[in-house]
Amino acid sequence: MKFVDEYRDGKSAAEYAALLAGITTRPWTIMEVCGGQTHSIVKNGINELLPEKITLVHGPGCPVCVTPAEILDKAMELAARPDVIFCSFGDMLRVPGNATDLFQVRAAGGDVRIVYSPLDAVKIASENPAKEVIFFAVGFETTAPANAMSVIEAKRRGLRNFSLLVSQVIVPPAIGAILSSPANLVQGFLAAGHVCTVMGFREYEPIAEKYRVPIVVTGFEPLDILQGIAMCVLQLEKGQAIVENQYSRSVRREGNQPAQEAVARAFRIVKRKWRGIGEIPASGLGLAEEFFLFDAEARFGPVAYGADAASECIAGQVLQGVRKPPECPAFGTKCHPDHPLGAPMVSSEGACSAYYRYRRTASAGTS
Amino acid sequence: MGDPPMPNPFIGKVSPALGEADGADGIDFSLECPLPSSRHDRITLGHGGGGRLMHSLIDRVFKKAFNDPALAAAHDGADLPSPPGRLAMTTDSYVVHPLFFPGSDIGAMAVNGTVNDLAMCGASPLYLTASFILEEGLEMATLEKVVASMAGAAAAAGIRVVTGDTKVVERGKGDGIFICTAGVGAIGHNLAINPASVKPGDAVLLSGDIGRHGMAVMAVRENLGFTSDLRSDCACLWPGVEALLKAGIQVHCLRDLTRGGLATSLVEISGTGKVRILVNESAIPVGEAVQGACEVLGLDPLYVANEGRFVAFVPASEAERALAALRSTVHCEGATRIGTVESGNGVVMKSTIGASRPLDMLSGEQLPRIC
Repeated sequence: MKFVDEYRDGKSAAEYAALLAGITTRPWTIMEVCGGQTHSIVKNGINELLPEKITLVHGPGCPVCVTPAEILDKAMELAARPDVIFCSFGDMLRVPGNATDLFQVRAAGGDVRIVYSPLDAVKIASENPAKEVIFFAVGFETTAPANAMSVIEAKRRGLRNFSLLVSQVIVPPAIGAILSSPANLVQGFLAAGHVCTVMGFREYEPIAEKYRVPIVVTGFEPLDILQGIAMCVLQLEKGQAIVENQYSRSVRREGNQPAQEAVARAFRIVKRKWRGIGEIPASGLGLAEEFFLFDAEARFGPVAYGADAASECIAGQVLQGVRKPPECPAFGTKCHPDHPLGAPMVSSEGACSAYYRYRRTASAGTS
Repeated sequence: MGDPPMPNPFIGKVSPALGEADGADGIDFSLECPLPSSRHDRITLGHGGGGRLMHSLIDRVFKKAFNDPALAAAHDGADLPSPPGRLAMTTDSYVVHPLFFPGSDIGAMAVNGTVNDLAMCGASPLYLTASFILEEGLEMATLEKVVASMAGAAAAAGIRVVTGDTKVVERGKGDGIFICTAGVGAIGHNLAINPASVKPGDAVLLSGDIGRHGMAVMAVRENLGFTSDLRSDCACLWPGVEALLKAGIQVHCLRDLTRGGLATSLVEISGTGKVRILVNESAIPVGEAVQGACEVLGLDPLYVANEGRFVAFVPASEAERALAALRSTVHCEGATRIGTVESGNGVVMKSTIGASRPLDMLSGEQLPRIC
């Protein structure tokens, strides 16, 4: 398939593997931020092609994984109401809150629907005026523009029965939090190509400068990731720390400005709790004042945040790249995709699920 | 026809409600059933009630379409000749939404799915039973279209529809039509075609490109708006299997790839057969429309459902001959070798970039990813 196969070519991959083997003289730890990249790395076995000195750690960029249990509990409370049609992206349905998940709410009679676009939820709202239609607005900067468009469109149509339960987070503050942590091991970053397609990469330049880390905006195909790693290692070996763009077929420095304008109109920056990590200031999006009426928390009551319950699960450390999934005492025993203890075991983008599915064990080496 | 009939609330009394609803037909004056079924353009509870309505439905729709002497005998069961040798028997249920989708429909799928399960035993199709669970309010024209499609698929596969059953459930308690089948086939070979026969050194053959059925149904069900040529691969696999047997191939195992897709079937066979299966990702044919839709939705075609594809495990020395036999039949023109069996366990896939990874079953259905 055009624009896919050429980025999965075995011969070119072998050439990058040889290049990396040639340029890597010291051990380096590199974090891929995005869950989509984690999935691609593990699925394609990219770790096997890397020199032993390179360690990849998996970042917090899985929207399913970082959504706090309290918001999920709120989602389930709302979805169970008989007057509500609760719409969500598919992979949120399996994520456990503190007690249950949306699939079980649906089985018990809740009207929970999988949609492929938040605009589908707007359509459902206009077709069901007697119902409250709530869309679970989850994700990073990638989902924010479409979610923003949904409330802009709902307002334009004058819908009074549509709202968003918002759990939007943004990447740069999370990178800042990881780099500020005393436990940090990460020396270079692969930034998320889709996030930067929307937002551009200007906002990463001060981070690279402040923390002296190379940041390479990287795509998702095997050759994208191999090239991104090679660009990062080249900088590390040379002592450079700048932002580079590997994913230039999709990303421009200034990003997608109409998308940014929609986000800026519909949302404002707020503090957010990240599951397993904790509260990070100015790390998320909440609805702007203009769209107050479309905020499910304003309409149905706010999410009640509390302290995370003590658990064997080390999801927080996994999400910060401090530990690997197989280091968790529950990995593959008490915690597996059929019975996840933590969110990274749920989504196919979650590091634990990816490890479990492709059975990468600590002894398998490289990653 | 099957189970004893349910009590019919309409027998023995005039039903003014029904009479009003269908207008003053004024043709049949019997007290038992005031309405000739020909005037029903929708299924009513009475069509499952065991009375005239039901018999009229059986005569006018099922017997007419399937046109089989065993059905015409109108007995509780079918009295059938038995072929020499062993028999294969299978059963399956069909629930699909929508009932009609690009490339096929629930009727053809019910016949082909059952015939394919027999074919995977190396059995030629003989007899099929069909039980219909119909939802009150189903359009008669829809039922007739589904039954005609079944009759066409059965004739094409050479299987006789010999007995059946009809039940009607209240509106809202079904999804239009559910079809339950049983199939009987004749085994005319002496091979033991099953996972336990798979041996290290076997070649793994795939009958064609994967993932078309699942993506075609998803595209219409979820109204994804793909304007592509995504069509279900729903097809009868017996001609392909028959060609292998006629060519004298020592077939060790056959498995049709339905729910869970290629990956799940390989994992099942590896587990039951206690062998390690190595497959080469770049050898697995995936059409552009399927790959494109999967890329957009974040799905893996290896786990997407098929209705007209199978894998065959044959001795490596016979692989080329087996491929030639398969490719000479309709629906298997794209047959190809995708891997090899070794001793050990699990399924290992060599990725397109040359690294390897284990394949596992999914915990549930595949869900589209957020981004």
